[in-house]
Amino acid sequence: MQQSLRVLLSDVDFVSSATLIEQARVARRAFESKPAAAPKPAGLSLTIRGLSKSFAQNEVLRGIDLHIPAGQFVAIVGKSGCGKSTLLRLIARLETPTAGTIEFSEPTRAEDVRVMFQEPRLLPWATVGANVEVGLIRERLRTNAKARAGQALEEVGLHDNRDQWPSVLSGGQKQRVALARALVSHPRVLAFDEPLGALDALTRISMQRLLERVWADQAFTAILVTHDVAEAVALADRVLVIEQGHIAHDVTVDIARPRQRGSADLGALEATILNYLLTENQTTVGE
Amino acid sequence: MSLAESVPHRSAWRLPGIDGLIPWILPVAIVAVWQIASSAGYVPVRVLPAPSDVVLAGWKSLQSGELVRNIWVSFWRASIGFLIGGSIGFAFGLANGLSQLSDKLTDTTLQMIRNVPHLALIPLVILWFGIDEAAKLFLVALGVFFPIYLNTLHGIRTVDPQLIEMGRIYGMNSGELFRRVIFPGALPSIFVGVRFALGIMWLTLIVAETIAASSGLGYMAMQAREFMLIDVVVLSILIYALLGKLADSASRFLERLTLSWHPAFQKHWE
Repeated sequence: MQQSLRVLLSDVDFVSSATLIEQARVARRAFESKPAAAPKPAGLSLTIRGLSKSFAQNEVLRGIDLHIPAGQFVAIVGKSGCGKSTLLRLIARLETPTAGTIEFSEPTRAEDVRVMFQEPRLLPWATVGANVEVGLIRERLRTNAKARAGQALEEVGLHDNRDQWPSVLSGGQKQRVALARALVSHPRVLAFDEPLGALDALTRISMQRLLERVWADQAFTAILVTHDVAEAVALADRVLVIEQGHIAHDVTVDIARPRQRGSADLGALEATILNYLLTENQTTVGE
Repeated sequence: MSLAESVPHRSAWRLPGIDGLIPWILPVAIVAVWQIASSAGYVPVRVLPAPSDVVLAGWKSLQSGELVRNIWVSFWRASIGFLIGGSIGFAFGLANGLSQLSDKLTDTTLQMIRNVPHLALIPLVILWFGIDEAAKLFLVALGVFFPIYLNTLHGIRTVDPQLIEMGRIYGMNSGELFRRVIFPGALPSIFVGVRFALGIMWLTLIVAETIAASSGLGYMAMQAREFMLIDVVVLSILIYALLGKLADSASRFLERLTLSWHPAFQKHWE
């Protein structure tokens, strides 16, 4: 496993396998040194019933019913315009539903649900560290915000960059800062809206590893919207295929982790899902 | 470790200060040629006095205390007028950038006033205020108002909406959103307005002082013209150039202080 990691990540966007292992070690140390009184908040489960969303006359989502168990990694795929991003924005409470409900298993604070976008959306006039501290802005007493931001940056391997301006970072590094900002409040649901879409292929693979590791470490519920089916099957426990505003297929990815990229079973699953998407494409053309 | 420390100091091998002298080569050369031409008699003294005569006139006027007093009066008028006009322009820029109602209410009117050349108001202003201080301050404030208003408004309107959405998602209230996202985002544009306004500030003040004043640099130049003291006229023109340069340097300094995050200024620093 370590061998394959090294091959995959040999010259990928500053994350070598050695630093990955170091990051995991640092994160574990940070976890173990926490007082027992503050246990790590686990992911939330959420239940969606009869969810619909329309913009003017245009019905984007219709009658979605969905249950996501706590801590599950769900990927949502579909053609552009199928409503997958709208579903994510509804879950993240960036939009209000036209009909239906989204219920979390426990009452949530705003900082329990975080979103990461395709663009990093960092404040260019704030240092990397200050950008991460934005994630703590809602907390009444920002006790040791600096230390917590530092911890989040350590988790994504950018601790040494915390005094730099975002403009000197690479695209992948900026997205890692955005991830640290989302993580710093220890969210229980993390929604990703094509977070790796703007990155080059190698950086994307290293970011996928990072997302998977952070998810495994922090046990939040992850919802990933992506157009990359290979990414979906490599990361998720479950892939939802959305067609014309409803869930057309709900595929369980029953493959043990760590997953071997390019392996036969991942490839087969990817082919199945691609087939769903393409078949749907043909029927639309035929209509 | 800050950015400044992490980049190697590229100009370390150069003689210190050489870079700072380069911009002054041209002005010094012009003065030198001018002096030589005057001394050799190519330029009649009645048309243009030699630089040495100008320096002498400056020295005399410095000793009598008149120069310092006139510079001080002009400087005071310029800064107070700038402060008044700048703050009002900034306030309107903020209000119209942040509130649609305020924008609808005032922008059309302001655009109409903007298209009246403010120096055309001098006769009216003299009738209103006489040749009092208020007349000069009014004109400077009016001239400075528009570049600051327009650029503040533009700066606020062009703040990245994705950053504003991010700020909202992360739970910033309106005050925090303004302080952390909108104002810093508008700042580069506001500085463009400040530099425009500084130019207009001097222009307005000098014209106003030339036409209606009993003190100040413009008045000093007009007095000198009455008595054919061409060296004093040239002296006051040179002082305008120096003061203009000073104002511009001050705003550049502020820019570099507050915009160090901007990639354009980082390159400057390397």
